[in-house]
This record gives sequence, C-alpha cells and structure tokens, in this order.
Amino acid sequence: MESTGDELSINGKLKSSRVREFVAPIPLLSWLLGALVAVALEHYIGTSFAQTLGLRKAPMLFGFDIMLKQPTLIHSALTYLVLIYFLPIIVVARLSAAGMNGLAAILIDYPLMLTVLIHLGMLYAILHWWSNMSLYRADVLRFTLIAVLLTLSLNLINGYMGEFSCSHPGFMALGAYASSVFTLGLFADDRVFGPALLPQWLGPYLFPVALVLGGVVAAVGALAVAIPSFRTRGDYLAIISLAFMFIVKSLIENLEFVGGPRGLGDQPGWANRPVVFVTVVLGIWIINNFVRSTLGKALNAVRDNEMAADAMTVDTRQTKITAFLFGAFWAGVAGGLYAHALRYINPGSFGIQMLAEGLAMVYFGGLNSVYGSIVGACSISLLGEMLRPLELFKWIIIPLLLILVMIFRPTGLIAFREFDVKKLVRPKQASDR
Amino acid sequence: MTLLQIEKMTHYFGGLRAVYNYGLSIEPGQIRGLIGPNGSGKTTIFNLITGIYQPTEGQILLEGKQLNGRSPHDIASMGIGRTFQNMLLWRHMTVLEHVKMARYSKLTYGLVGAFFGTSRRHREEAESEQVAFKLLKMMRVDQYADQIVLNLPYGAQRRVEMARALAMEPRILFLDEPTAGMNPDELVQMMDIIRKVHGELGLAIFLIEHRMRVVMELCERIQTLVFGEVIAEGIPEEIQNNPKVIDAYLGKETVE
Repeated sequence: MESTGDELSINGKLKSSRVREFVAPIPLLSWLLGALVAVALEHYIGTSFAQTLGLRKAPMLFGFDIMLKQPTLIHSALTYLVLIYFLPIIVVARLSAAGMNGLAAILIDYPLMLTVLIHLGMLYAILHWWSNMSLYRADVLRFTLIAVLLTLSLNLINGYMGEFSCSHPGFMALGAYASSVFTLGLFADDRVFGPALLPQWLGPYLFPVALVLGGVVAAVGALAVAIPSFRTRGDYLAIISLAFMFIVKSLIENLEFVGGPRGLGDQPGWANRPVVFVTVVLGIWIINNFVRSTLGKALNAVRDNEMAADAMTVDTRQTKITAFLFGAFWAGVAGGLYAHALRYINPGSFGIQMLAEGLAMVYFGGLNSVYGSIVGACSISLLGEMLRPLELFKWIIIPLLLILVMIFRPTGLIAFREFDVKKLVRPKQASDR
Repeated sequence: MTLLQIEKMTHYFGGLRAVYNYGLSIEPGQIRGLIGPNGSGKTTIFNLITGIYQPTEGQILLEGKQLNGRSPHDIASMGIGRTFQNMLLWRHMTVLEHVKMARYSKLTYGLVGAFFGTSRRHREEAESEQVAFKLLKMMRVDQYADQIVLNLPYGAQRRVEMARALAMEPRILFLDEPTAGMNPDELVQMMDIIRKVHGELGLAIFLIEHRMRVVMELCERIQTLVFGEVIAEGIPEEIQNNPKVIDAYLGKETVE
C-alpha cells in the first residue's frame, strides 16, 4: 500500500513538474496570442462547429450553462471547450514562445509603458472579440470588470489597511447617483431634471467628469465615516460603516427628486466596453502604484502594528483617512460605471447582497493583493453566471467554495502578492519557476 | 547644547504613580543607561518621551524644542528613533520594506507621486532603498532583504528593528532592552553593533537594559529607577557599588 502511495505522489510530482517545464518558458505575450487565436477561431467557425457537435449555438460561458441544463450534451460542450479554447491556446502559446520571448526581450529596452500598452491592446482585442458573440457576454464582461474595480477598492480597506469596512455599497450608491444626476441633468430630457442643458454629442467627452464627480461624492461620504470611527479601533468601523450603508440607502429612498425607492433610469449608455475597460485598467494602475509606494505600504505598517508605525514617523491618522477616501473614491467610480452600464439604479440594489458579494470577492481572491482582487472578482462573478442554471443551489455552492478557501487558504487564493508589471511582461526562461 | 533635557517629569496612570520627578540630560554622542527592577517604570519613561503617553507634569526638550503634546510620529521625525522591548515588527512586510518605511517623513513626493508614479517618486524611492541597504549591511542582515521579517532568526530580527530605527536618521536612539532573550553569541554581536552605531554615526544612545554586563560595558552614565523614582545616578562603578542599587536588585543584607 505504502509503495503505491509513494509512486502515486511521485507520479503526481513528475506530472506537475512536467507541466511546469512545459509552461515555464511561455511569456505573457504568447498566452495573449493564443487566446486571440482561440477567440478568432470561435468568431469564424464557432457557431457552425457548435452545430456540427449537436449544440444549438456556441456555448456562451464556457459551456457551463449547457452542461448543467442538458447533461446529455456534456461531451459536446467539453469537445467544444477543448477544441476551440484549450488546444489552440496551448499550442499557439507554446509554438510562439520562442518568437514572443525575443519580442519581449526587444521591448524591454523600450519604456515599460509601450510594452504595457501592447499587452493591454491584445487583452482588449481578446475581450472585445470574445464578447462580440452575444450581448449577454458583453454584459458579463462589463459587470465583471466593474466588479474588479469594486473589489480592489474594498481590498484597499479590508486587506491593505486591515479594517473591516461594510460601507462600500453605500459609496457605490453615492457614486452611481451623483454621476447619474450629472449626466441626466445635463444631457438628457428627463422628467425630473428637465430638458438637456448641453448638446448630446458633448456627453461622452464629459463622462469622465461624471465618473470623477461620483468618486468625489463617495469620498466626501467616506469622510463622514472616517472622522468618527478612526478615533477608535477594531470593530467600531465595521459597525459604523454598516450603519452608513443603511443611512445612504434610506436617504436615497426618501429623496423624491432621484426617484426614491423606484430608482433612476434611462442614463445614457456611455459605459460601453472600451470605456469600462479603460477606466478599470486606469483604476488598477493608480491603486497598484499607490499600494507599492512607501506611502501605500504605510497602510500595511499601520495594520500590522500601529504603534511601531507611529514611532517610525508614519502619520497614521492621515494614512488611514487618505486610504479610506481613496478606496471610497474608486467605489464611487465603479458605481458611476455601474449606473451607466445597467442604465437603471435603485436604492435596493446597493444593500446587503452587494456587500456580501463584494466581501466574498475580496476574501476569495486574497487580501492585500491586486492579483487576488482580479481573480476573486472574476471567479465569483463568472461562477455566479455559470451556475445560474442551478438556481437555488448556486447559493449553496458558492458559499461552500468560499468556506473551503477559508479553511485551506485563510487569507484567500492569492494573498500578499505584489502586482509587479515588469515581472509579468518580461521574457521567460525555462529555468524560471 | 544639551540634546535631550527632561525636567521634573511625573506621570500617573489613574491613581498609580508610575514615574515621579524624573530628570535627565543627555549630551550629543553620549551613551546613557537606565536600569531598574521589573515594573519600575523604565519603558513608561521611553513611552513618555516618545509621545505615546503624555506626562502629567514636567517638560521634555529636544535641542530646546518642547516635545510635550506632540504626536509620536512628530516626535519621531524630530529625531528620536527607538526600538521596542518586544520588537514591534510588521509581520507581513519584508526586511527592506521595514527599513524603507522609516524614511516615510523624508519622502516629499506626496499623493500625486504615489498615485501616478512620477519620476520624483522613483528617484526618492531609489534613494531610500540605497540608505536602507547601507544600514542593512551595517547590521549584517542585507542577505535577508527580500524576506518576510518573521522568517528571520531572532537576533537578526532585533538587528532589523535597529536598522529601521536608524533609517529615520535620528539624533538620539532609544533602545529598549536590545539584548532581551538573546543567547551569549547574539549578545556579543549586539554589543558590537551598538558600539559601531555609536562610533560610526556618532549617535547619542539611551538604553534600558537588564543585563548588568551590557550596561556596565557600554554606558557612560547610568540611572537606577525603583518605583518610578531615580535612586542613584553615576558612572558604572558608582552604580555597581551603590548600596541602594544592590538593595533594590538583591534585597537587604541583614541577618537577624
């Protein structure tokens, strides 16, 4: 018995090391190229290929909806997944590795910004093409990206700063309503705000202003939480911020000019895919810049030991308030995007449910980590969509997964990892781990 | 000019008198010691000077500037660096990040630099990294620079804490039991390092210590504290032979 166990584990190790050896020399550029090829393949032959496999149309979210609804079609969906996504990505990535490593090595001599823009351009092309297949995919993409921004802004406070804040849906609501009032008031003929004040064509250019305004309003709201609660420590912030969330919700419910509990609709749909993508990337870039600077690391120092931080010249109070407002700002921006992507908001949607989802994304993905926030937001949003056919059981499976993560990795999947863009885009060698 | 001047400092925790009528004056470049039995108020004195507690009475002057009423980070950036008795390190941060963090008050790039990664930020961060590496080398812990600080051996952690305190370029360094919990080898190393810091940087040092050997070898002058009051002050030999000190540490030598 023992020997077989050993053999098995050795086999497992060999296999994992072989996989590692196979994957190690592939730079990010090659993966992106592989994904691009896969998406192109789906674009051109996806539908007809799906029909030959006996599916009605190309599976929308990696075939999960089909597998769960019609178990007899599992093999077709899997075949589709392997032949359209898995194989092309692996093959193209591996084959192009040498060439792309060369390209990456050349790009290293140019400013980092150029390399990053090339990568982002490819990533956007992939996402755009992929989501062109259906409106449903486009919506999933937009709301997933918005969730990434929201998760990251929440991680800033719950992870980097180590305080437990529950007010993020409140900040998001403030951002959503502020930016909606701005755009509806200026650019739309609205029954409450009257006729448009500015010509319609100007709108998209001023949309960033609307988003920033949403962020600033959220940050001002955050100040109302920060001032009383940062005098104390520990659980107080959680309670005060939870109260804040409910206050914002009932405040909006009682404000008749923004529609009260009926909500506010018909925002101009300016939060299309490129706008959401660019805003979220910008948000990630700025937040990542912040948390990697000494000013941002001061948050970790305050979290791990406030007295020591103070004794090492860190202005702890200012650090905490800055970070809190900063996190709220990005939650507000996410709220503005959300309002103009969904084109309808009501106070009810910024409640406990949204808070629970946000917290799940943060703790699932990993505290104190940009990677973690991206992974957490993507996996929880996509899982939520993919498991939709299960209806009620979805709300059993996702929490169960969360519990498992908490047991085996208490700080989340990818916690305390630095998001180092330079490391991410550099050419890879076989010896790299 | 006197570097640190404390006059008639008294502190009460509620009804408990923790420090009474404490006075001290340290000249630049001096090493001073503070000894006393457990609970005699040594660390409280450190905390009073560094602003963690506010003294009930008395005044504290650093180079003529009043420290009373200032916040700890303010006092720290005015030039008082310190280590802690129980080593307050940041458990998720690397050694290098620890030392760079103490340069916080020296950074001028502000939030704009932090958000957008300006060239000024890169320059200042690179500078503080250089300073940090120099100090880590001096403390012989530069090989651990990228490790999480809790993975280091105990003695190395102590030295990281010291490098961190030095990174803020203090005028005076407060060491709260720098050799607590160390084995004899680490002890000798630590004493070497304290001498080196004193010699190379010309810093004034104020240290709390339990081990007589360390205080007696390092300090120019020593104060003995019992129940918050200084009962003896003088050069090491005087303190060693002072009956009151022996009394406080060993008990009375009376036989009925």
